[in-house]
Amino acid sequence: MKTSSLSKIVIGLFVSLIIISGLAGLTPAAEQKTIILATTTSTQDSGLLDVLIPRFEKEQGYFVKTIAVGSGQAMSMGQKGEADVLLVHSPAAEEKFVSEGRGINRRLVMHNDFILVGPSTDPAKIKGVKTTVEAFKSIAAAGSLFLSRGDNSGTHAKEKAIWAATGLSPMKEKWYQETGLGMGQTLSVAAEKKGYTLTDRGTYLALKKNLGLEILKEGDAVLLNVYHVIEVNPTKWPKVNAPGAKAFADFMVSREVQDLMKTFGKEKYGAPLFFPDAGKKVEELGK
Amino acid sequence: MDLIISGLGKAFRLLLSLDQEVFAITWLSLQVSGLATIISLFLGISLGTTVALTTFPGRNLVVSLINTGMALPPVVVGLFVTIFLWRNGPLGFMGLLYTPAAMIIAQIVIATPIVTGISLAAMQSLPEKLRLQILALGATRLQMLWLLMREARLPLLAAVMAGFGGVISEVGASIMVGGNIKGYSRVLTTATVMETSRGNFEMAMALGIILLFFIFLINAVLSRIQQQTKVR
Repeated sequence: MKTSSLSKIVIGLFVSLIIISGLAGLTPAAEQKTIILATTTSTQDSGLLDVLIPRFEKEQGYFVKTIAVGSGQAMSMGQKGEADVLLVHSPAAEEKFVSEGRGINRRLVMHNDFILVGPSTDPAKIKGVKTTVEAFKSIAAAGSLFLSRGDNSGTHAKEKAIWAATGLSPMKEKWYQETGLGMGQTLSVAAEKKGYTLTDRGTYLALKKNLGLEILKEGDAVLLNVYHVIEVNPTKWPKVNAPGAKAFADFMVSREVQDLMKTFGKEKYGAPLFFPDAGKKVEELGK
Repeated sequence: MDLIISGLGKAFRLLLSLDQEVFAITWLSLQVSGLATIISLFLGISLGTTVALTTFPGRNLVVSLINTGMALPPVVVGLFVTIFLWRNGPLGFMGLLYTPAAMIIAQIVIATPIVTGISLAAMQSLPEKLRLQILALGATRLQMLWLLMREARLPLLAAVMAGFGGVISEVGASIMVGGNIKGYSRVLTTATVMETSRGNFEMAMALGIILLFFIFLINAVLSRIQQQTKVR
């Protein structure tokens, strides 16, 4: 037994350290100072929130719990009153969300754009095609592999809207595959399988070096990717932290943050990842 | 191949430079999974021992349920714990969702059946006459339990390792109930998932290697105790 006493001391120390620190450190923060922000993966994966959230927390003394999911899931969290404020990019669903009284004070924050990417061999010959809708039609006509997010995210909603505009419904076709994954992973799948996919520019730029996928269609008005901030309606859900939600939404459209966005990502990717739009109207964008 | 080497290099650099954020993430992983394992040991060993040493109607069903529990998928546990902890859910008043405490709860649910199942098998594998013998020597019930556990400590330590291994490596429940919040509920596994989706494969590899390194360290110490007590 003697020889193992050292191990026992090590284990004993470790266990007591964990118990003591656990009791001291794991108590939940005060409720009224906590905000749950439900947002899309693109705002987190691009690193934008890592820059903004600490500033907000420092200035206003709130603690922000960022839950990065798809826009669809973010809105269903809002629908159940499980989030205080949303930062999402699925305009049609957002309008419905607000008109049903689930959210209030929907404000434009920023935009960037979606792009259609695919293998450089471009089997469906979409490079140079005039519109995105035509490009989608060519993919369908050629029966080339197309990867869909399939997860009700903002990107998925946009992709479905474009398919709807083509008048085709490829969802049951063999060449149309749903990954059910986030944007980064869907891009990796598209790269591995040499398929086409629709992506936001930010995620593509962040992953570009490992992918070998090319931008085949960009700059079309239909490809605009608009982010709004929405406060969850506190009259529906009394547990929602309304002052916190408003403070965060105000912060996102503040001059300070909007100025920050202009340069965010410029150094790393050569171009800004988001374009600030607070106070503008959606119709003015992309012109 | 380059990626594996650069990932290894990055892991060493992060460890040696005592990177603050990585250190905090690693410590939280050990804290959450350590506490969850300790609590599940109390629950699991008592439950496993009780079921092993008693007979009651429906016992076979209970044993099947425990063994099924050993295969509980972490995401399913995560989903259920989330629904219970929602603000407007049955336990919402506690305000625990998206906290490390919620992760501990989910991990207890994952680890307890594992510990229970292995302790049950461990206690049942002891010769039945041993119990009678101990009692005949005048031991109290508590003394008998203590002696039986000492006798079964080899498989019981295996239960500790299996329980800890099950929770420190899971990601499905932690990301759902913890939310992977920077500086608060981000642990090694959830950070690895995030870095992968961000395309930072080198960082993801490094975090994975650090995780494996700590699992190895802990298992090395536990194995040492286990193997040394075997050769008396």
